[in-house]
Amino acid sequence: MPTAQRVTNTAVGVVLVLVFLAPVYWMINVSLQSSAALLRTPPAWFPADPTWSGYAEAVRTQGDNLLTSLVIALGTVVFTLLLSAPAAYALARFRLRGTLALVLVVLLVQMVPGIVMANSLYPVFSQLGLLDSYVGMILADSTLTVPFAVLILRTFMSGVPKELIEAGYVDGAGQWRTFGSVVVPVCRNALITAGLFSFLFAWADFLFAVSFTTGNTLQPITVGIYRFVGNQTTNWNGVMATAVLASIPAAILLLTAQRYVAAGITGGGVKD
Amino acid sequence: MTTASTEPTASGPLSTRGRRRGGGGRERLVRWSFVLPVVVFLLLFFCYPIVRNLMMSFQEWTVASFYEAGSPFVGLDNYVDVVTDPVFGTAVLNTVLFTVGSLLFQFVLGLGLAAFFQRHFPLSGVLRGLLLLPWLLPLVVSGAVFRWIYDEGFGVLNQLLLGLHLVGDPIPWLSSTDHALPAAIIANIWVGVPFNLVILYSGLQAVPTSLYEAAALDGAGPWQRFRKITLPLLRPVIAIVLMLGLIYTLKVFDLIMILTGGGPANATETLTTWSFALSFEEFDFGEGAAVGNILIAVALVFALLYLRSIRDSFRREGES
Repeated sequence: MPTAQRVTNTAVGVVLVLVFLAPVYWMINVSLQSSAALLRTPPAWFPADPTWSGYAEAVRTQGDNLLTSLVIALGTVVFTLLLSAPAAYALARFRLRGTLALVLVVLLVQMVPGIVMANSLYPVFSQLGLLDSYVGMILADSTLTVPFAVLILRTFMSGVPKELIEAGYVDGAGQWRTFGSVVVPVCRNALITAGLFSFLFAWADFLFAVSFTTGNTLQPITVGIYRFVGNQTTNWNGVMATAVLASIPAAILLLTAQRYVAAGITGGGVKD
Repeated sequence: MTTASTEPTASGPLSTRGRRRGGGGRERLVRWSFVLPVVVFLLLFFCYPIVRNLMMSFQEWTVASFYEAGSPFVGLDNYVDVVTDPVFGTAVLNTVLFTVGSLLFQFVLGLGLAAFFQRHFPLSGVLRGLLLLPWLLPLVVSGAVFRWIYDEGFGVLNQLLLGLHLVGDPIPWLSSTDHALPAAIIANIWVGVPFNLVILYSGLQAVPTSLYEAAALDGAGPWQRFRKITLPLLRPVIAIVLMLGLIYTLKVFDLIMILTGGGPANATETLTTWSFALSFEEFDFGEGAAVGNILIAVALVFALLYLRSIRDSFRREGES
């Protein structure tokens, strides 16, 4: 390709990205303006006179909710990896009767509408006292992450060289020992990817959060934003500052693990 | 990126074939212990809810059902009530419009961007990566951002349109029954383009460039090359992206809830938001369950189509 054409392509690409990400820019722009400035027309295209008052309000009113979501998301990551990693390994390596059927089931359950789970688990959670609880939220959010993690980890784990695993057996280690001392270290990147995505799914969950919490004791950030926005006297700079804070995990994921993101998007659903 | 490949990978499950039969009962138990926790989890959190939801749809649920054991069997009453409810037709139509509108534009934009990024120019990888951001943001965040962008008086969209003299009066994007659904669809298109881009891009990567070169030598123009080479070879990937997109779009809840809550006057009510409203706002969990089951039935049809389209790759794996 001639140089001029390559430069043109890059320029077009930059413009495309700027246009496409304009809503993200607008979120940041609004978050840095005073609530009075937001009621001016035409709006300020740049935060020429930035103020942190939106962020102060975000931290004051939504700080607890951000922490709640952090705990739920971290709990979901731990629970998901503990459950999914051994299963993914077994589905990738062991020729057990029914493993292929199990993979199909895992693929299929991802398609069950969340509203069905919310609807039918609500009476159960209510009876078991799991409403407004971290345990309840972690279990519910794990329905979003476990199938995904099993599928993506299985893809990675079927790529672990057989010789490595055989070497583990030769040393006399059992299946679980081999898994812990050979497979887990080798698959570290895959586990990080699955963990990052599990964090993001749990962090972003709104349906289970709004169904299984009443806001009395425990309120995830997504529900916090929902009620914040629904408030008639909404300070939009505060809402947008909260939105920016709630976007931090996604930004971190994109910046630190970009090469895994594409694998993550497709890994759950499309595998060769 | 290997997982995104549509080619069969060489690294199938290299099972320890030799010891497969020699392991004996104890060894088999050890192996099953790897999958048992997930199997139990799937039974408790997928199988049980689906069965329970089916049962609930034949029962009458009220707020009192949670305190006394009172949810009597009422046969098909919930389904009859739901289907004869005037909201039902609206919700079905909105669901179809929302799904088809979203998928169509997500796909066309995603394919266009994927084809563009095929050119591999300086920074193309970074720029393509940045385009994934909308997919990674929590939907509640995207919804909140669009809600302010759409604001009638102070939203940037109306200010832009007015400033460019494209409209004479501000458009009530979210508060008029005519505009709310298109506005929700536009926001959802924005969210879904990256998903289409990623999968279609990896599909395009798998098309051998030699085919294009040969066609170019034969005098085929860009459009002909696209129609005669790209589209046919991309067909399996297109089928997957559309079917997964459809299943995901049917489930969309967060975005609509935060933009409009299903309103105004049910203008953006879909089967998903209606099911939620019936259960969690009107506390009629029986009718909510009935609508949920209708959703499952629709999703199941497309899930089976999806499985059929990826069946071949599984068959290969089963033989390996």
